[in-house]
Amino acid sequence: MTTTTTIEVQRLSPNVSTIIIHGDITSGTEPALMDAYAQASEDATRSIVLDFSDLAYLNSGGIGLLVTLLVRVQRQGQRLLAFGLSEHYRQIFELTRLDDAIGIHDSEAAAVVAAGA
Amino acid sequence: MTTETGQPGGDPTEAIPTEASPAAPMSAAPAASNWAAPVSRLAVGVVPTDALNLNVAGRRLAGPVQGFGQLWQKTYRVRLTGADVTPAAVIRTWKEHFGDFWPKGNHFYGPLTSLKPGEVALLDLALPGKMTLSTGVLVIFADDESFAFMTPEGHQFASFITFSSYADDGVAVVQIQALLRASDPLYELSMPIVAQRTEDRFWNDTLQALAASFGAADVTVEMERVCVDHRRQWRYAGNIRQNAAIRTALYKLTHPRTWFHHSGDA
Repeated sequence: MTTTTTIEVQRLSPNVSTIIIHGDITSGTEPALMDAYAQASEDATRSIVLDFSDLAYLNSGGIGLLVTLLVRVQRQGQRLLAFGLSEHYRQIFELTRLDDAIGIHDSEAAAVVAAGA
Repeated sequence: MTTETGQPGGDPTEAIPTEASPAAPMSAAPAASNWAAPVSRLAVGVVPTDALNLNVAGRRLAGPVQGFGQLWQKTYRVRLTGADVTPAAVIRTWKEHFGDFWPKGNHFYGPLTSLKPGEVALLDLALPGKMTLSTGVLVIFADDESFAFMTPEGHQFASFITFSSYADDGVAVVQIQALLRASDPLYELSMPIVAQRTEDRFWNDTLQALAASFGAADVTVEMERVCVDHRRQWRYAGNIRQNAAIRTALYKLTHPRTWFHHSGDA
């Protein structure tokens, strides 16, 4: 079975952009996710918010990809936040301790407030 | 603005009870059992006689986010040319006999059956100068095509490492991909001197042994190394307090009987 991952970018404000993931996050998603980040990040961008509401599947390669994204975000002096994680995916973030560096929020509104939009 | 990519989706597996981790409610999502439940501190079950549970029980997991050194992505890959085996069969065998393919002098004390999410394995790793490093790993993920480990505090690397197999032009390809930082400044000092080469040789030898077990002879292991982040995370310099190499050396100095465990293997 093959699924298609689509990624959207929305600019909420000059300081905050959202990357919306529809589908899977695996190592194969790297080109699409990094391209989305390049679109989402401008000189004034201070926070990137990941929307996982429509995340279908995440494996260990996908976790590695999120670490790579985190490095790029931090290199630009930006913050990475997330919302829309189901309980299952929250547990994965907790297990892998990604939640030490990626702010996890219960809702888009909370994430946007935390991002300082 | 949208970007698309097509890729295989994950396959659900039957629920598998986890071991050596606190009981945690499992999500109803089909792929929930592919992942271990969160753990605050590692727990170890029965310890084999020859193993040393010195640097695992009570430790937290430490991934690349919690490491000190530069961030590296290292990929080792081998094509099983001439072997009549599927990727799923490769992974099944590898999970069942993981430690058997390790280079001599290195020991993996894992489950008696196949590797499953949530299981903790103790490791005895050979270091230069006949020294050893006693540490462990947690199986954080496993499905039919791959499995992954995460390291505990004190391990040489703060890392995720994924073992996988896939088909390419009718040939099974086996891959190991590690995303790692040296855990502390002392380990980081050893990276360019010995650690990188030792790591490369370790996984090269492992993949050669795995390939030979499937009848694939004269294979070449491809290696790629990318520095993802040149910066060191100085806020994690204090990780040296849990340096498993130092703790193992001090323990063995004060427990002479351990000098004769596996000392003739290397």
